[in-house]
Amino acid sequence: MTTATKIVTSRAPVKEVIKDASMVKQKEMMAAHYERLTSAPETGAKVASTFVPGNLNELIMCFDLVNNLPEVNAIQNGLRRVSGSYVLEAEKIGHSEDVCTYVKSDLGMMAKGNIAPNGKKFPDPDVLLLSYTGCFTFMKWFELLREQYKCETVMLHTPYMGDGKITKNMIDYMVKQLKDDIIPTLERVSGVKFDIDRLREYLRKSTKAEDDLVHVLQSAKAKPAPIDAYFGGIYYIGPIFGAFRGTQDAIDYYRFLREEVDERFAKGQGPVTPDGDMGKEKYRLVVEGPPNYTSFRQFWKMFYDEGAVVVASSYTKVGGVYDFGFRHDADNPLETLAEYCLGVYTNRSLPMRIDMLTNYIKEYEADGLLINSIKSCNSFSAGQLLMMREVEKRTGKPAAFVESDLVDPRYFSAANIKNRLESYFQMIDQKRAGAVAAA
Amino acid sequence: MAASLNLTATADIIARASALFEDLSFASARQWKMAEPGRKVVGYMPIYVPREIIHAAGMLPLGIVGGGDQLEVIHGDAYYQSYICRIPRSTIELGVSGRLDFVDGMLFPSICDVIRNLSGMWKLMFPNVYSRYFDVPQNYRDDTGGNFYVNELIELRHDLGNLRGKPISDDELRRSIATYNENRQLVRDLYAFRAEKPWQAPAAEVYLVVRAGLVLPVEEHSAMLREYLAAVRAEERPMRDNCRVVLTGMFCEQPPLNLIKSLELSGCYVVDDDLLLVTRWLIGDVAVEGDSIENLALAFLHHSESTAAKYEPNQKEKGQHLVRAVKRSGAEGVIFAAPSFCDPALLERPMLQHVLKDAGIPYIAFKYAENSGQMQPIREQAGTFADSIKLWSAA
Repeated sequence: MTTATKIVTSRAPVKEVIKDASMVKQKEMMAAHYERLTSAPETGAKVASTFVPGNLNELIMCFDLVNNLPEVNAIQNGLRRVSGSYVLEAEKIGHSEDVCTYVKSDLGMMAKGNIAPNGKKFPDPDVLLLSYTGCFTFMKWFELLREQYKCETVMLHTPYMGDGKITKNMIDYMVKQLKDDIIPTLERVSGVKFDIDRLREYLRKSTKAEDDLVHVLQSAKAKPAPIDAYFGGIYYIGPIFGAFRGTQDAIDYYRFLREEVDERFAKGQGPVTPDGDMGKEKYRLVVEGPPNYTSFRQFWKMFYDEGAVVVASSYTKVGGVYDFGFRHDADNPLETLAEYCLGVYTNRSLPMRIDMLTNYIKEYEADGLLINSIKSCNSFSAGQLLMMREVEKRTGKPAAFVESDLVDPRYFSAANIKNRLESYFQMIDQKRAGAVAAA
Repeated sequence: MAASLNLTATADIIARASALFEDLSFASARQWKMAEPGRKVVGYMPIYVPREIIHAAGMLPLGIVGGGDQLEVIHGDAYYQSYICRIPRSTIELGVSGRLDFVDGMLFPSICDVIRNLSGMWKLMFPNVYSRYFDVPQNYRDDTGGNFYVNELIELRHDLGNLRGKPISDDELRRSIATYNENRQLVRDLYAFRAEKPWQAPAAEVYLVVRAGLVLPVEEHSAMLREYLAAVRAEERPMRDNCRVVLTGMFCEQPPLNLIKSLELSGCYVVDDDLLLVTRWLIGDVAVEGDSIENLALAFLHHSESTAAKYEPNQKEKGQHLVRAVKRSGAEGVIFAAPSFCDPALLERPMLQHVLKDAGIPYIAFKYAENSGQMQPIREQAGTFADSIKLWSAA
C-alpha cells in the first residue's frame, strides 16, 4: 500500500511524495520517539546519548533510559536541509572545515538552541554512552559533547577486526568493560538495578526483528527487486539501527514491512520511489558508502529515472551485519552485545569489506558496484578506490565512483554526479552488449 | 680550538642525520639487513608500537612516516581521494615503487581510520609481507584494557617469533627494554636540554637527530644522541630574541623540514613538540625485571603520552598535558600545526584551545601537508605570533 504525503521543502514549495505504508509507519515511530525524548524533562525520563554503530539499545532499555542518537539527528537535519547552517555555525566557532559534518551539524545545532525535528528542545543527556566502534571520530565527538554537557561519560571500546576475525581476547575485553564500567555507570545514572533476564527478553525480541529485516533486504535478490536496498533501505534500517531494536514496536514494524515487501514480490513489483512505483528495472547495483542526505531525493531520482535499483548496500550494514547469520543471542547476553559491536560493517577490515561487496554482486546478480565516497567519513572512504578495483577484478563487473558528503550541502554537485551516473549506466550497457556479442 | 672541533662534530652529526632523512630508499636499513643472513626489518607507522619486541626478535624496527616533500607521488594519489591526508598516499608510493621491498613486516598502529584502513590495503597489495593492525586499549584499567593489551602483545611476540623462525625469549625482551630505556632517556635529555637552551639545539637539528632513530639500529641511534648532546653542550651558539613555543598536532604526518626551520627563523624557538612520539611515548623507564610483556603494558597504560588518538576518561585532565608541557618547557605560547584532513588532530584542537584559553596561554593554528612548499604565510603567521608574545610580555 502506498500513500501520498505532502512535503514542504525550501526549494520545492509543495510536492506530493509517494511512500510505502511501512515508511509512513516508520515516520510515526520516529516522531513518537522524538516526542518521548524531548518530553524527558517533564516525564523525568533519563537520557543516554549514544551512536548507531555498536549501539546497545537492549542494555539501555534495561535502565529505562531514552536513547538519543546524534548521527540520526544530523541525518534529520540533513533531510530537512538545516544541517548546512549548523555546519557553518560549528566552523564559525572553531571546528575545522576538514572534519566530519555529522559532528559539526550536531555541535552547530547545539550552538543554535539544540532544537529537535519536532520543534522542541533536546534535553541534555544524563550520560554519554560512547560505544565506540568502526570510527575514531566517535571518540572525539563525545569528548567534544562531554566538554559542553559536563555529564557522565562512559566508553565501550570495541577492538578492530584487523585480521578479519573476532578473537576471545576481544570478547573478553568487551565483556569486562560491560560488567565493570558500562553496567555500573548506567545503574548509577539511572538508579535502576541491572536485571540480566530483562536484557535477555529484549535480545529475544531483537532476534525476531533481525530475522524479518534480513528477509526484507534479501528480497532484492528477486528480479525485479521489490525494494531499493540503499535509498529505501535507509528507511528500513531506521528502527532497528536506532531506538527500537529489542522492542515490540520493532517486531511489529519489521513484520509489517516483510508482509508489504512479500506482497510486492508476489505481484512482481519493483520498489516504491518518491515519485511512485519505479518503472522497468534496467540496472541492478550494489552501493558502497553512505548517501548524501541534503539532496537525498534528488540523488535517488538520478537512479530511478534511469531504471537503476540498488539491490544491496554496505551502508545498511553500518548498524549491524545480520545477513551472514549473526543474531543477538539471549543465552549469552553480554558476549552477544560484544559480538554485535565487533561485527558492524565499518569495524571490518578492508579485505572483509571487499569480500562482502564481491559476494553481494554475485548473489544479487548485480550489474556492478557504485561507490558514493563521503568527504567527511574516512572510516568508509579511506581505501575505497582500492576496493573498487578489487571488486571489479574479482567480479568482472564495472564499478563507478562518485563523491559527496553526508550533511554538508556544499559537497553535493548534482551535475557532476548525474554525469558520472549516466556514463556508468552507458558503461554497463556496453558491457552487456559486449557480452551478448561474445556469446 | 675545542669549539671548532665541536662545531665540526655537530655539523658531521647533522650531515649524517640529514642524509638518513633524505634517503627515500632506506639504504642504511638495507645495508643493515644485508650485513648478516637472516636479518629482518619490520616497518611501523605513527604513533606508537613497542619497538622492544621487534628488537628482541633481532629485527630492525623501521619507522615509516610518509614520503616527505621530496617524494613525487605518482601511484599513491590513485588510491586516495583529494580529501584524505597525504601520509597514506606517500606511504603507498613508497610501497608500490619498491622502496620498501626489503621490509618483511608492517605494523599499523591504532591511530585513525585512515591508517587503520591502510592496514587492510597493505594486506591486499603486499600479500607476502607480514601486516598487522596493532590495536591498543582505550580502557586503561590493568584488569581490562591491560589484559587485552597483554594478549595483543603476546600475539605480536608470537608472530615475530614465527617470522624469524625462533620464539623470542624473556632474556631477549629484557635486554631490549633496557636498550630502549637508555634511548628514551637520551631523547628526554635532548628535549630537556633544548627546553633549557633552544638556541643551542635548533628544532630542525633536534628533529633530524631524533628522526634518525626511525631508521638506525637503536644502539647506533643512542650513540648519535650522545654525540650530538656532547657536541651542542660544548658549542656556543648565538641566542636570538625569539619567543618560546610548544608545537602540537604533528604526531603523524610529518611537516616539511623547512616548516620547522621557518618557525625558528620567524622568531619562535620550539621548546617542546609532539613530533615522532614513538621515541618518547613511554614516559620514564619500563621496568626491566619481571614479566616484560606486563611491564610494557603497564608502561603504556599508566606512563604514556597524551595525544589526540587516545581517549581521555577524565574531563578535568583533558588538555592538561599541554598546559604541563608549556610550564615544564617554559614556553610562552602554543602553535597548533595539524596536517590537512587529520581527523584526530583537528577534532582535538578546539578542546585543547579552550583549555589553553582558560590557562591564559596564547596560541595560533595552521595546517600543513608533508609536501607543503609555500612557507611564507606560515612565517608571517608565526612571526606575528612571536611579535605579539614579545609585546604582550613587555607590557
